[in-house]
Amino acid sequence: MTVEGTAQRKSTRSGSKRTTAKKASPAKAKAADQAERDQLVQLLTPEGKRVEHPDYAIDLSPDELRGLYRDMVLTRKFDAEATTLQRQGELGLWASLLGQEAAQIGSGRALRDDDYVFPTYREHGVAWCRGVDPTNLLGMFRGVNHGGWDPNSNNFHLYTIVIGAQTLHATGYAMGVQKDGADSAVIAYFGDGASSQGDVAESFTFSAVYNAPVVFFCQNNQWAISEPTEKQTRVPLYQRARGFGFPGVRVDGNDVLACLAVTKAALERARTGQGPMLVEAFTYRMGAHTTSDDPTKYRADEETLAWEAKDPILRLRTYLEAEGLVDDAYLAGIEEESDALGKRVREAVRAMPDPDTMAIFENVYADGHALVDEERAQFAAYQASFADADAAAEEN
Amino acid sequence: MAVHEKITIAKAINASLRASMEADPKVLVMGEDVGKLGGVFRVTDGLQKDFGEDRVIDTPLAESGIVGTAIGMALRGYRPVVEIQFDGFVFPAYDQIVTQLAKMHARALGKVKVPVVIRIPYAGGIGAVEHHSESPEALFAHVAGLKCVTPSNASDAYWMLQQAIAGDDPVIYFEPKRRYHDKSRLDTEAIPDPLHKARVTQAGSDLTLAAYGPMVKVCTDVAKVAAEEGKSVEVVDLRSLSPVDFDTVQASVEKTGRLVLVHEAPVFLGMGAEIAARITERCFYHLEAPVLRVGGFHSPYPPSRLEDEYLPGLDRVLDAVDRALAY
Ligand SMILES: Cc1ncc(C[n+]2csc(CCOP(=O)(O)OP(=O)(O)O)c2C)c(N)n1
Ligand SMILES: [Mg+2]
Repeated sequence: MTVEGTAQRKSTRSGSKRTTAKKASPAKAKAADQAERDQLVQLLTPEGKRVEHPDYAIDLSPDELRGLYRDMVLTRKFDAEATTLQRQGELGLWASLLGQEAAQIGSGRALRDDDYVFPTYREHGVAWCRGVDPTNLLGMFRGVNHGGWDPNSNNFHLYTIVIGAQTLHATGYAMGVQKDGADSAVIAYFGDGASSQGDVAESFTFSAVYNAPVVFFCQNNQWAISEPTEKQTRVPLYQRARGFGFPGVRVDGNDVLACLAVTKAALERARTGQGPMLVEAFTYRMGAHTTSDDPTKYRADEETLAWEAKDPILRLRTYLEAEGLVDDAYLAGIEEESDALGKRVREAVRAMPDPDTMAIFENVYADGHALVDEERAQFAAYQASFADADAAAEEN
Repeated sequence: MAVHEKITIAKAINASLRASMEADPKVLVMGEDVGKLGGVFRVTDGLQKDFGEDRVIDTPLAESGIVGTAIGMALRGYRPVVEIQFDGFVFPAYDQIVTQLAKMHARALGKVKVPVVIRIPYAGGIGAVEHHSESPEALFAHVAGLKCVTPSNASDAYWMLQQAIAGDDPVIYFEPKRRYHDKSRLDTEAIPDPLHKARVTQAGSDLTLAAYGPMVKVCTDVAKVAAEEGKSVEVVDLRSLSPVDFDTVQASVEKTGRLVLVHEAPVFLGMGAEIAARITERCFYHLEAPVLRVGGFHSPYPPSRLEDEYLPGLDRVLDAVDRALAY
């Protein structure tokens, strides 16, 4: 494989030696490497230098640029706070988005209010852009609910844990939008690992056949738990789209400007009846898969360090500073805002009550169900028998 | 070292896979994250290092693909042992399991064998997010052509997996994930019980508690508490869910006259329903009370903060024991 990033990994991972041996000549591989890099849409280099791309232009006001910076900083803060809360036992689990802020904020800010989002379980930055209160995201990780927000109030569907399933829902939703004659678009998030699921292939087929207004946004963060992307694919993921009959593009997933520009263009295509598009945001999962995972078991520090140099927030900040778009007072203000967010999240989580036991029987069916009613009544009586016993004990 | 005084179920399964792979070069291990990581529960820890990437395979993230290709490899003479990462993620493979794996031997009039073993960490009690705590065993036991087993201790975990791998039928091997780190005794040179035989783990005379997997421990605890109250409870570890060893349950019930079935899975159409019906048919005149069931509700597995109340525990099983004894 000749994708950027894999090259660094080869030297650090013994497991890939076998495949390396079978590779084409080094010169050929190098040329292919270069070709691949040319495919990566980038508008802001890792060094914070603004570059142009022939197909994807973007012109943002200073306020908009600062807004993207603020979104990323606050999202990272929220994420870090959640990781801490997990360590303190307030959450059962947390899936960190660390390193993927640009992919999520860039794509999230490309959306219109009437667009609809189908996330995985890691799209905390997209949720932020949709206006979902971050504290609402924590309920399922604390174990007090399975979702906890109304998908329709922000056009942001519930997190989906079963890998790939939501891409079909997004496609079907888009088919509905199309039938309504609306010009909204739908975006489906999924990972590099998810790209292997049958559901994802089927969503590509359906969306292509019906020309559905859906954007497939794949965050290739290089890992599916312990498995590197090359365990899932022999071609760069964005190229998968071609075989289904719609375009795919690879964007620098750590470049918020490029993610914004490319997603906007993809959504625009969808809106104007040109059908689906696949966006592969080439990024990196800087942290563990979740708080239950230990990445030292399967990947080398050098790889993570190499990606640290491509940090999405740092490069935008470098650019903003060089352009004189932010000053110390502005940055201090964001810092303050970020601390306040952290505090609010901490307090909200600690105050989150456990659900009522009888919630077990709630919302199982929309129209009710006799067996659920029977079991609810039985369980209530069973619970009450303890209350009676307690009361009797107190009287004695 | 043939006798381990205290070994965890997870380590016993690892040792079992190791023994199977050493005994038969056709045995393969495949699944998501089973290789380098050794599985998210570390059950396959070290196997890829020792047996190589050809035999311990990190697969793409696609359960239908994993089971479907395992079937193909079995047709070619291999014995794939597939890991599904969590109970809730087996369903993309359900089609391959039900329409293909289960029926292939019959369709081929016995001319082909598909000895695929599917390991599924199942059931709750670990404080996980949704899809990580489910008990789907009845959905598999209901399907002709599949065998289903579930160990409750290290020794059974070790032997039953090797027996499943050595057999020529597809077996769904359910691993009680909340008991992975429970320790018990394992003698690797003992003569194991037959795979599909239930076991009376505690003798008693007033009532039979039948359970499997994670609930065996709960029932053993119940028997202890009941004994303090002067009630003699017999505990049967079913071990095999398809086929079920009805004879052992029947013999116990003919002695005690009362049966309470316990599982985490929903009661409605669960394993307990079938056993209650069969035992009622087989020993109606020995029964002093209706067969009772304790299990999950007809509702999705709840968020983890409610699982202690959702799962059958000491109190709910004791309540059923009392109700049965009240007849
Ligand atoms: C159907 C299914 N199989 C397995 C899992 C367990 N699992 C959770 S996340 C994950 C890896 C996902 O990788 P990727 O799609 O790249 O997304 P990322 O976690 O990197 O964001 C796996 C295997 C699951 N949730 N669903
Ligand atoms: Mg990934």
